[in-house]
Amino acid sequence: MSSAQPASDQATSTLPDPASMAFASALTFAMEGEIFAIDAQSVREIVEVPPITAVPGATAALDGLVNVRGRIVPVADLRVAFGMDRAPLDDDCRIIVIETDLDGEATTIGLLAEKVLDVANLEGLPIEPAPALGMRWRSDFVAAIVHRDAQFVILPSLPVILSSFQGGAAAASPNLA
Amino acid sequence: MSSNDPVEAFASEALDLLDQIEKALLDLGRDLGDRGAVDEVFRGLHTLKGSGAMFGFDALAGFTHHCETAFDRVRKGLSAATPALVSAVLSARDHMRALIDHRDGPRDERLEAAGNLILAELYAAMPESAGGHEPTGQQTSAATHAPNAPGEGWAIHFKLPPGAMANGTNPAALLQELRNLGECRVRLHLDDLPPFDQFVPTECYLAWDVELHGAATREQIEDVFIFILDDMELTLTPLAPASLPGEARSGTATAIANAARPDAAAGQAEIPAKAVVRPQESVRVQAERLDELMNRVGELVIAQSRLAQLTTRNGQVDPIMLRAVSEDIDRLSSELRDTTMALRMMPVGNLFGRYRRLVYDLAQETGKAITFVTEGEATEVDKTVIERLADPLVHLIRNSCDHGLEPADDRIAAGKSETGQITLSARQAGGEVLISITDDGRGLDRARIRAKAEAQGLIAAGTPLSDAALFQMIFHPGFSTASTITNLSGRGVGMDVVKRSIDSLRGTIEIASTQGKGTTFTLHLPLTLAIIECMLVRVGDGRFAIPLSAVEECLELPQTEIIANGRRNFLNVRGQLIPYLRLRESFAVQRPADLHQKVVVVGLGNSERGSSRVGLVVDQIIGNTQTVIKSLSRFHSGLGVFSGATILGDGTVALILDCGHLIALARESQHALAEQTNGEAA
Repeated sequence: MSSAQPASDQATSTLPDPASMAFASALTFAMEGEIFAIDAQSVREIVEVPPITAVPGATAALDGLVNVRGRIVPVADLRVAFGMDRAPLDDDCRIIVIETDLDGEATTIGLLAEKVLDVANLEGLPIEPAPALGMRWRSDFVAAIVHRDAQFVILPSLPVILSSFQGGAAAASPNLA
Repeated sequence: MSSNDPVEAFASEALDLLDQIEKALLDLGRDLGDRGAVDEVFRGLHTLKGSGAMFGFDALAGFTHHCETAFDRVRKGLSAATPALVSAVLSARDHMRALIDHRDGPRDERLEAAGNLILAELYAAMPESAGGHEPTGQQTSAATHAPNAPGEGWAIHFKLPPGAMANGTNPAALLQELRNLGECRVRLHLDDLPPFDQFVPTECYLAWDVELHGAATREQIEDVFIFILDDMELTLTPLAPASLPGEARSGTATAIANAARPDAAAGQAEIPAKAVVRPQESVRVQAERLDELMNRVGELVIAQSRLAQLTTRNGQVDPIMLRAVSEDIDRLSSELRDTTMALRMMPVGNLFGRYRRLVYDLAQETGKAITFVTEGEATEVDKTVIERLADPLVHLIRNSCDHGLEPADDRIAAGKSETGQITLSARQAGGEVLISITDDGRGLDRARIRAKAEAQGLIAAGTPLSDAALFQMIFHPGFSTASTITNLSGRGVGMDVVKRSIDSLRGTIEIASTQGKGTTFTLHLPLTLAIIECMLVRVGDGRFAIPLSAVEECLELPQTEIIANGRRNFLNVRGQLIPYLRLRESFAVQRPADLHQKVVVVGLGNSERGSSRVGLVVDQIIGNTQTVIKSLSRFHSGLGVFSGATILGDGTVALILDCGHLIALARESQHALAEQTNGEAA
């Protein structure tokens, strides 16, 4: 898939200085026991999960649409990208609506979170780039890992993950022929 | 419309003026005695010149001046309107347009040269005035190349009366007025300037010699000085005809009245009319519609505050009150929707007007006599649709003029009037706008289209085809039955582009043709692009919207078909084989199928075209709904099956099926089946 190339570029360009990736205000959320953090600046709102409309033929990680105040927003399920089970949604689940710059285009997207935790300051905490080995995940999907209170907080590399979804969507068109 | 830049505002007004001028010119071209049209052209040109000069469009003002003068003469009966004059001023109009588009660019010699050619044409078109009109000073450098009609003019010497400055006389303004009368060469005399110790700053010691070229009369010049004429020095001497502006004078210490614009980039080759990016779009809206919108918004605000009041009363919501507010908001929102949509609606008349010129030009080019009739100009269509229709209509009209209409000799031989007729008409029918282009020409040649289609392998030899299906062949890329390629058409590009543009507007093209009588192309277009009526269906748990315009009929899937799960996904509907797609399979639905599945037959265009229909098997038909189309995000736009998404009444999202795409898929499978049966037969 064409996504592999930009993905590795992105990863190498961000690796040298993982410290710069620690956000002064980060929104943390949990999925399958792992804690993820994204820049709180990019978060537009956090909403309870509305009915999700499935998009047949779309890539599994991005196969839903929701209505957020009259806007139709695609929902990304990071659990697919990180090889986790897609447990049924419960009351703790939220959709984090973020606005992010993707190839120079402002893109609004909803991230499914099993549980939203808190907004924390990650600056100054020990941080290291994603290890190339010993992870269950594609290393370029992880921008960095922060140690906080004896826990690992994963900073996902959203541009890499989202552009990999984009490549996947075109490949898996609905079985119509 | 709220442009703050006066220059942009002028440019936009000027384009309107040019359209009016063109329209009046075309009217005049049809009836050379039309006094009203002459007046209208003159008024338009006059306004354009005046406001052009005001906003610094000097080249435009100078150029327009010539045309204005020409029409002034026609208006006063000094010369007659001739087809040549109309044609010259039409080209001049185009040049003015180019000048406006080029307003920010550097001086362009090609443009100037083109302008001078047009002026030459203009003067040639009015021989009796050949002596009278010299270019004005506005375009100094252009003037030297201008048609050298024998000069006539005045040598003017003037000196302001003492105290003139104190009375508010502005010599610069006087000079400008002289320039407006014709090209000026100004020489300043400083002879009377006193020694510095005697100099009174409020006095004007200057005197001027002005050589004014052009047809200005003594009275006109004296008019310039009318307020100070009694006290000033003014001598007027007619110029000898030989005294032309130009090289002979360049040696003298002449101050050229109007400095040439900086000659920045002489190498700029293109005539820049097309290169200029149009500034942001604006829509002209009838004030009454805006008022209506404002009223609705006002009412909505009131309804909203009533709703807020209801909800703040703790727990005690009167259901009747709530229902009343809900009904109000319901009514208001649908009215708001209609009013807002109406803001985007524009009469097609503006668009149709443009083609009068096209047909005029085509008639000149082909040497055919063509009358152009437009009907239903008041029909309103969404602005976007109008914009995107412009090019396809050009193609279709060209096609009709070039291929449709026969040469005059053939027409006479066929017992028709020598003059061909092209009719462009618009009307509204239900949720569609029908725009048709009709010619009374030779009609489409079925045999030739068939031969060509067979030669290109589009259809198998001898395949029975309805006329409608056969005519659709002309929309295939590279399909042209014209044996010779003309400047206008016959290259086989165009019709497929037309088809694609209309498809992209979710429209269809229908062709009706009678041999020897003529052809009609009818475009079926949706009234608007933003809101469409949809049929809502359920497949498994998902709900999908199918544009109602594409739905032809709904039927129950026969039980036999439910069981037969072979490759033959065809339904026999009243003797016609219709391929169908099981959307459940396409969308990989897990939930068990409903017992009574339905088939929604969708098609594009009329039902005669069997090949462009497909049945979609769904679990349930929910009903009709108005949908506001939203485009899909970049993550899903590549899927093809969906043309967009919409938000349903309960706030959930439903995907809109792209029927064109589904039909294309069905066509492929039909092809496969045809090949398969062919193979079995062999």
